[in-house]
Amino acid sequence: MAQNSSEIRYLTPPTVDLKKKKYCRFKKSGIRFIDYKDPEFLKKFLNEQGKILPRRLTGTSLKYQRKVAQAVKRARHLALLPFVTDMMK
Amino acid sequence: MNNYETVFILTPVLSDVQMKEAVEKFKSLLVAEGTEIVHEESWGLRKLEYPIEKKSSGFYIMLEFKADPSVVAKLELNFRRDERVIRYLTVRQDKFHALYAEKRRSLKQSKEGKEN
Repeated sequence: MAQNSSEIRYLTPPTVDLKKKKYCRFKKSGIRFIDYKDPEFLKKFLNEQGKILPRRLTGTSLKYQRKVAQAVKRARHLALLPFVTDMMK
Repeated sequence: MNNYETVFILTPVLSDVQMKEAVEKFKSLLVAEGTEIVHEESWGLRKLEYPIEKKSSGFYIMLEFKADPSVVAKLELNFRRDERVIRYLTVRQDKFHALYAEKRRSLKQSKEGKEN
């Protein structure tokens, strides 16, 4: 009995796949300027509540994360993006 | 001289003629200050993502121009004084922004060319 409890059984075996390496999409595709007038593109960097996603999730480099943040804030000012919302996606 | 880009939102209560008149007013103001208007774009009546002054839509107008910094202050003062303008944003174009803006303009032109 003691032996059984130490053994963890899964219904479906856990998949240990290789973690995909994150990359900065701006560096990869050579985008130098992030347009604040394009809310559809900026939505890729927001969560459902319209908050800016951290770069630990998106993989954006620091340089471009700052520019993303700047662009999102400009878009919000012009009511192209909401400040707060729910179920954006 | 810097490159600037300004986007402003006009109230939706204006008629088409009144809207054009307001745009004309700001354009003539810029021209009077000796600036060169590079590009003008109207996005038409657009829904706002959140209400501004209890209005849920507005006319978006974008202007690109070359001007001295003092002109921008004057323009923004006029935006603030004009009650038809509910929101405005002026930004200086850095070199990447200017390149992007140029590309965007040429793209727009080629699109219009195809439609005609």
